[in-house]
Amino acid sequence: MKINSVKIISLLFFILSAFYLYTAHQIQVFAFDEGAPFNAKTFPIYLGYAGMFFSGLKIILPDQKPIKVDPKYLEFKKTILLVLTMIIYGATILKVGFFLSTSLFLVFSYYFLGERRLKYILIFSFPFVAIFMYLLHGLLAVYLRDPLLKYIGIMG
Amino acid sequence: MIEGILIGLKTALSFQNLLMVMIGCFAGTIIGMLPGLGPMTAIALMIPITYGFDPATGLILMAGVYYGAVFGGSTSSILINAPGVPGTVATSFDGYPMAQQGKAGKALAIAAYSSFAGGTIAAIFLLIAAPSLSKVSLSFRSPDYFGLMILGLTAVAAFSSKGNFLKAMMMCVLGLMLASVGQDTLSDIPRFTFNTMNLSDGISFVLVVMATFAMSEALTIIIKGNDPTKAAKQISLTELGSIKVSKEETKQMAKTIPRSSILGFIIGVLPGAGATIASFLAYGMERNFVSNEEKEKFGKGSVQGLSAPETANNAACSGAFVPLLTLGIPGSGTTAVMLGALLGFGIQPGPRLYETNPEIFWSVIMSMYIGMVVLLILNLPLIPYIARILAVPRTFLIPMILFFSVTGIYLMSFNNFDIFLMIGIAVVATILRLYDFPMPPLILAFVLGGLMEENLRRSLLISDGSWSFLWDRPLTFCIMIVIILLVGWQIYNSFIKKKL
Repeated sequence: MKINSVKIISLLFFILSAFYLYTAHQIQVFAFDEGAPFNAKTFPIYLGYAGMFFSGLKIILPDQKPIKVDPKYLEFKKTILLVLTMIIYGATILKVGFFLSTSLFLVFSYYFLGERRLKYILIFSFPFVAIFMYLLHGLLAVYLRDPLLKYIGIMG
Repeated sequence: MIEGILIGLKTALSFQNLLMVMIGCFAGTIIGMLPGLGPMTAIALMIPITYGFDPATGLILMAGVYYGAVFGGSTSSILINAPGVPGTVATSFDGYPMAQQGKAGKALAIAAYSSFAGGTIAAIFLLIAAPSLSKVSLSFRSPDYFGLMILGLTAVAAFSSKGNFLKAMMMCVLGLMLASVGQDTLSDIPRFTFNTMNLSDGISFVLVVMATFAMSEALTIIIKGNDPTKAAKQISLTELGSIKVSKEETKQMAKTIPRSSILGFIIGVLPGAGATIASFLAYGMERNFVSNEEKEKFGKGSVQGLSAPETANNAACSGAFVPLLTLGIPGSGTTAVMLGALLGFGIQPGPRLYETNPEIFWSVIMSMYIGMVVLLILNLPLIPYIARILAVPRTFLIPMILFFSVTGIYLMSFNNFDIFLMIGIAVVATILRLYDFPMPPLILAFVLGGLMEENLRRSLLISDGSWSFLWDRPLTFCIMIVIILLVGWQIYNSFIKKKL
């Protein structure tokens, strides 16, 4: 049996299923439901076994279509930067407000992906978000939380 | 039925709904045109917006997006040989050679007319089949539904996984596991919430769809270093040529369209099969029907070679609505997303939808047809302009997709936790995509999870805990036989046949 990335993913899935099964057994059901043909933990228990069964088969059986993903050709740096930007965006959107956090998210994302034309970066960030906010908040009356704009007095 | 059609037409032709069909078709065409982004992503991005409307309008918008995305996928297949969706891969076999011969406009027109004709014929079939099947499906019981759901999941895993059946089944289980998070529907007992209030209501369907499709597709494009817009820059979009189709070509299409429509519709109704299989089968079937002289042209710009898959994939899209509307069981990833959206509106599709919400049932069917008319009269002349979207650099495209995904979740929950959870699921989905783990089975399972558990609960309670309900009723027994045959066939194909 050759160890490859798919087998490792399958092994992780097997461990996840085992953990899921263990957690399913820990679900507290009502006392009168314990011996019932079906209670809150019945379906998850079957799922746990099914997950272990399929991932177990995937680990044991030979790969019919081995996939070769060469890490040399993957753009990890850009992807990680983008994910980190999203996490920071998610963390600040409520506190800083929609306008500033979204605009900055767009500016940094464009930059990290290789865009260097400042004019376009600026057009497709601050004014774009302002128009988007106007459409949502102003025209469609969709509530957008923005403490910063509220503090300045632009948003009601 | 006539009354229903009139109700549907009245709803679908209201100013607001007509506007939604147009917006949906337009937005769907643009998103579907971008390689890698298909109808599921297009619909997923629209869901948060649809929740602002009444159910009929929201569904009409989604139907428009669906057809627009399928049409958009054909456009990128023909113009840059980069199918936006798997269902339009066969379109590129003859569409792209036509475009290379300077007949891109004609190829787009043939694709549009064929799609329209295929969709029209399939819509008529849908009008006839849906109400009749609704009546039949009223006799279905919980064990039958449970069996049908397993059949749907197995079929999607078998057909959508391209030989990776076990991977697809693992994705099904993962989808069901994600669906089981939150309070149990009957007893309200918290499950897999890890004492977090944020998980007590379960994981939002929109969150999972956005994460596994829109967001992870965007991240996959980045990590693989693909630039889907590169090819577009190499072609002159202003030189598409005439969109006029000659009499001879119309005659050729007239022969192809009826048989491809019938085949496409039948394939679309089958769970899991969908537009991709329909288009390939129609292409193969057409090749067998034509003369030897025409056969030689296949792959080099044949009119019939282009018309057949286009007709079949649109007919299959309409066919896929049959199990969704009549049984409440989606047969494809896209209809699973639509089922999730319907449940979000508080509507349970199934045999009773026809009786309880006729305006929704009929307006969706009628709006699908209106959507196709809109595509033909609005999108076709605009193609040279819409096609310019293909040249938008990914440096702008990807952040926009991520922005719409995060905003969609933010608007629904105003909760940081949901955004972090979405990013986490998207990262995992991106890794899984890299190693060919298919996402449609995960979504289908996630949507069906609650219904499946409910039907299993009823079946087991009725049979007092015995699994004999799987073979007690003839219908359930037949469904189980089909499942066993399907799994057996997959095992034979994957492991035994290759060893022989």
